[in-house]
Amino acid sequence: MKKQQTKQDQIKKEPLLRLVKRDALSAKKIVLIYAIAIVVSLLLSAIICSLFSSKNPLAFFAALFDGAFGSSRRIWLLLQDTALLLGVAVALVPAFKMKFWNLGGNGQILVGCLAAIACMFYLGGKMPDAVLILLMTVASIVAGAVWGLLPAIFKAHFGTNESLFTLMLNYIATGLVSMFITIWVKSGSGVLVPLNQGHFPELFGNKYLLTVLVFVILAVLMYVYLNYTKHGYEIAVVGDSPNTAKYIGIDVKRVIIRTMIISGALAGIVGLFLAGGIHHTISTASANNMGFTAIMATWLAAFNPLVMIGTCFFIIFISRGMVEVRGDFGFTNDSIANIVIGLVYFCVIACSFFITYRVVFRKASAKTAEADETKGGNKA
Amino acid sequence: MSKKILSLVLVAVLLVSAVFAFSSCKDEKKDIKAALICLHGDSSTYDKNFIDAFKQACANKGLTEEQYTIITDIDEDTVCYDKAADFADNGYDVVFADSFGHEAYMIQAAKEFPDVQFCHATGTKAHTEKLANYQNAFASIYEGRYLAGVAAGLKLVELYGDAEGKVTDENAKIGYVGAHPYAEVVSGYTSFFLGVKSIVPNVTMEVRYTGEWYDETGEKTTAEALIAAGCKLISQHADSMGAPTACENANVPNVAYNGATGKNTFVIASRIDWVPYFEYMLDCVMNGKDIADDWTGTLANGAVKITAVGAAAAPGTQAKLDEVAAKLNDGSLKVFDCATFTVDGKTLTEYLADVDDAGDFAPETNVIKTENGVTFFDESFFRSAPYFDFRIDGITEVK
Repeated sequence: MKKQQTKQDQIKKEPLLRLVKRDALSAKKIVLIYAIAIVVSLLLSAIICSLFSSKNPLAFFAALFDGAFGSSRRIWLLLQDTALLLGVAVALVPAFKMKFWNLGGNGQILVGCLAAIACMFYLGGKMPDAVLILLMTVASIVAGAVWGLLPAIFKAHFGTNESLFTLMLNYIATGLVSMFITIWVKSGSGVLVPLNQGHFPELFGNKYLLTVLVFVILAVLMYVYLNYTKHGYEIAVVGDSPNTAKYIGIDVKRVIIRTMIISGALAGIVGLFLAGGIHHTISTASANNMGFTAIMATWLAAFNPLVMIGTCFFIIFISRGMVEVRGDFGFTNDSIANIVIGLVYFCVIACSFFITYRVVFRKASAKTAEADETKGGNKA
Repeated sequence: MSKKILSLVLVAVLLVSAVFAFSSCKDEKKDIKAALICLHGDSSTYDKNFIDAFKQACANKGLTEEQYTIITDIDEDTVCYDKAADFADNGYDVVFADSFGHEAYMIQAAKEFPDVQFCHATGTKAHTEKLANYQNAFASIYEGRYLAGVAAGLKLVELYGDAEGKVTDENAKIGYVGAHPYAEVVSGYTSFFLGVKSIVPNVTMEVRYTGEWYDETGEKTTAEALIAAGCKLISQHADSMGAPTACENANVPNVAYNGATGKNTFVIASRIDWVPYFEYMLDCVMNGKDIADDWTGTLANGAVKITAVGAAAAPGTQAKLDEVAAKLNDGSLKVFDCATFTVDGKTLTEYLADVDDAGDFAPETNVIKTENGVTFFDESFFRSAPYFDFRIDGITEVK
């Protein structure tokens, strides 16, 4: 009788819902769950888009795939944009593995781009392009590295919050870009026309291939670096527990600073490709918000650089496909497209949550409690 | 049961798609395809003005919805080229881009696709690039801004004028929110200022820049700063509702651009009506004719418009505007009449402007003319995009 009462008390104290971490699901199941989430979210998106236009939901899917794969130009642009986003994700991932929340991707890309454009602006035509490109590369890497180094020094030595620090550096980078455009563009229009020198060479007559190859190779190298090198191991330990790291003799400050130099430098390389390989100009919007979009790519890939190739591809597929949907469906601003992209992200992120946790209701948990008791014996 | 529902749904889907499939092959009059590339979406007053006109012109020319596409939020970088080339890939006959920074990328696409027409608003290079398939278009919006300035002057007199209609120097100060300090904006605010000056001779104006074409917060705070600096009326050349909102909150009259704002403090707005150009452009493409390298819309040909006077306009404004517009149309009144303004205390007799825009920022064309005894700055004559880029007395720029 007494035992009965305590059990009831125990049940009363329990919340209606609680979360329990799941045992690992099989990879096959995980892929299936993601696939279902994506299909459901796209169906919802199709319905939303057709509600706001005269088109039927099937046209949504036609436009989505047409926008991503409809011509060889579209396919190459899809690959190029995937490669760029992958580049940013590769830059962020070592920092994230160390639990250093680098939200400054945009700023690091911008300063890398700005450094390369500055070389093109001041030195273009005064030296062979090969030398110029070499200088641009060095300048971008150094600029990105400095933008990563600053918050790392403050984090390592003064314990400053790195999220805020990197976030604020984004605004400073944007301000620097505005300032230089004002100096460079004498007409005052705020538009820097594309520069003619320092363009990256085409590979086999294809202007997209170089970008794609470089960032895929960097992703593979990053995978090796994180998983099979001493540095990679140190990053993982510092991320899991700085105290353990100290105890086993890892110089935590050194690891933080070294990793952020790498992170910033890699983001700088993305800026370099924007300047030399793609736009040949710069504006405050040049980073195209990839510094934030890439955060999702890294999380969905569970910080695995090879899986990131897939997550980046998916994100770019949706966004490029939605450009075509916007045009086809007659949407004259990007609000509905943003709603749809948000909805897809939401479904995917929600399902990643349910893959890690399961929800337990009170009734079910009562049974579990009972089961625990019979197993554990004299708990009460 | 579930099978029955499924089959019903499938049948419904088939029916719907069949209806759409057949409706699209119904009467297609002329098989041209046209595309519009916009920097921002329809929340920007500037882009909305193009979007509405493009739809209107396409409808007037009998294009079905399948025959034209509007794509928004295209940045001023390679993305613009990618999109223009993509339209060309997909069989479009004419592509129009609406923002100054799109120009280099439209030219790039024009060189690659000689069979497709590429047209561009506010650009400067068509008359020097000499490509058969690349054209610029703009309008003498300074006429519209001058008229809006007249309405603003009448408002100042209504609010602060004494018995003789004179306004004290303190109350004759107005403010202007600009995007970037270049000819398009300078030409615009100068013509507005001269319009006000024709009514209030002692007017002074303070100009501040936001550095962005669309920056709602920046435009609002800049307008607030101008109001705090003692400006009694605000106008703007930027694309959001930032400045009109600041005016509404402070109960200061506002002269807008691109269309009515619907606010209580709204006096009047000038805008470019792009329908005449779009119709001309579509006509040329349909009939295989060349489009002019530089097309300039005017008050006379219906491309420069002012809106109906707003709630805050002074009584009698419309009558005065009709009178001034008639003079502008018959050429007896010139907006940039050199007798009405001075530069560093001197009257202009000659001015070289950088009309060719070759990238050297070196001026080469004398743009001051004398006709019927009036010496004036001939804006938008040598090319459609403005080149009035000097600062006249009475206007101060705060950078």
